[in-house]
Amino acid sequence: MTLNPQMPKCWRVESKPHKFCPGCGHGLVLKALGEAIDELGIQDRVVFGCDIGCSLLTWDFFDVDTVQTHHGRTTPVITGLKRANPDAIGIAYMGDGGGYAIGSQHLVNAAARNEKITVILANNTNYGMTGGQMAPTTLPGQKTETSPYGRDAEDIGYPTQGPEMVAAIGQKGAYVARGTMANIRQLKGYFKKALQNQMDGTGFSFVEALASCPTNWRTNAKDTWNFVENEMSKYFAVGELKVPDQLKEV
Amino acid sequence: MTEKPIQGERKMFLTGNEVVAWAALAAKVDIMYGYPITPQNEIMHYWTRMAPKYGKKFLQTEDELSAGFTTIGGVLAGKKAFTATAGPGNTLMQEPISMAEMMRIPTVVVIQQRGGPSTATVIYSQQEVTMTTYGGNGEGFRVVYSTATHQELFDYTIKAFNTAWKYRFPTFVLGDGYQAKMRESLHIYDPEEKGIKLVEPTPTLSRPGQIGVNREPNHIRNTYNTEEELYQIVMGYAKEYAEISPEIIEFQEQDVDDAEIVIVSHGVVSRAALAATQELRKAGYKVGYFRPITLRPFPTERMRAVAANTKKLLVVESALGQLNKLVLNEIYGLTTPIETLLKPGVGVTSEEIVTRIKSLL
Repeated sequence: MTLNPQMPKCWRVESKPHKFCPGCGHGLVLKALGEAIDELGIQDRVVFGCDIGCSLLTWDFFDVDTVQTHHGRTTPVITGLKRANPDAIGIAYMGDGGGYAIGSQHLVNAAARNEKITVILANNTNYGMTGGQMAPTTLPGQKTETSPYGRDAEDIGYPTQGPEMVAAIGQKGAYVARGTMANIRQLKGYFKKALQNQMDGTGFSFVEALASCPTNWRTNAKDTWNFVENEMSKYFAVGELKVPDQLKEV
Repeated sequence: MTEKPIQGERKMFLTGNEVVAWAALAAKVDIMYGYPITPQNEIMHYWTRMAPKYGKKFLQTEDELSAGFTTIGGVLAGKKAFTATAGPGNTLMQEPISMAEMMRIPTVVVIQQRGGPSTATVIYSQQEVTMTTYGGNGEGFRVVYSTATHQELFDYTIKAFNTAWKYRFPTFVLGDGYQAKMRESLHIYDPEEKGIKLVEPTPTLSRPGQIGVNREPNHIRNTYNTEEELYQIVMGYAKEYAEISPEIIEFQEQDVDDAEIVIVSHGVVSRAALAATQELRKAGYKVGYFRPITLRPFPTERMRAVAANTKKLLVVESALGQLNKLVLNEIYGLTTPIETLLKPGVGVTSEEIVTRIKSLL
């Protein structure tokens, strides 16, 4: 008997199995996103932009129009596209380095202008593709290649709390949430609301997804899951931070 | 509301920045993305005043990186889009334009050169030649028109959109602060009324249709996995760029056939060079004038023929040898001596050129 894995309809079969490391959180995050796109029936209208870092591996991940951009620059590319074609549904997909470090000015200003786009950011507390350096989201005490003795928060500050920052900047009509791969059904729900918010033309939408990186964390399956579910969520509270009126009843 | 911005041909007395805004309207540009930097600001000022009357859009971004990347987004959506910048803004602009170069995205950028390095002056220079022709981590697969008059600013801004969309290489209009701020008369016109066909933009992403039914999704990237894969891509671009170059190359010359010395200059400086040539000819000096209009691709063949046929070249520019570097590269192998008159960040008058030529002959 052959078991065919359940894939979202908008996933591109030809590029599967995907290229992420075993145990990587991106796969689950993208599964939730794929299901959200399917359930909203928006595959034909989506333009998916992916950043540099591990997120670039999504350049042919979906059967949707896709552009792979530069590190941190996915938000302006999708902003420019959406401004030029308001019928498109623009998704900018990035990691925590792309969104909170090199591209933070774009995230902040897209939120401030209430751009009608959806930014999805996978937070795995490190720069994965380049070999596991410290990221804006690295937890205090967490060891990475550039914080080999653990992140010293007194010296280089505490981790960036992205959705909290975006919610503070966010205008009326913006949707902001933090989900986790540890609760995939909830994460999918956040993605659906974020995309619905764009379809409604209400405002900017932003979802951070807590994701795993066992390769750079050097963790086994049990410790990986434990880190996402128990360590990360202590600092990065899961939940909705800003919900526009029309989505409150959903 | 959506009537044509320009009907018939009109004589106007405008600043260069105003000319660019009019030209973009005439070229049926859909959207401008911009970030303030002197001396290009009034392009945005005029665009934001005029564009809404014709259903055109504008977005003020958070920096030039964003201005460049949003322009890319607009182009990918199938709209004629452009931005304008200068100096340190041009430095930042090289990042998005390197992506446009790699992905063959027909962006148009207007540069009004200011002094450099760094913040320098907000006024004038020709110090952005190297950056505009070969900036970014690439091979200079772009088209650069260096304008000298307001009429040319109008003509070449319209042409830049056609060149970009026809050949799909990023295209620059290279002006400067003097051209930006100076007021002079020119004729503005509707290009189509003059028989100039405007190239229609087409979307790369968000095309109409249903995926898997009547269209396939488009996946575009600038990352490649192996050296060989990248080599194939870059060499393919190089071949194509070389093939189309003869169709794009433009230059201007006067009195070169019997000239004992030829003045080589570009942009606004070539006006002084042309005036000097005319004055010296009247006085009986055998002086010629050569001006590349396209700095990329460079008019190599003609430049070599001119250099081979004269005794000396005098390269004149408001930079410390950026045009000179291009010329040297293009005429390598010839033994014609090159003299220079280089004034980084400062204007050049015809009197200075005349004096210099007299000292050389």
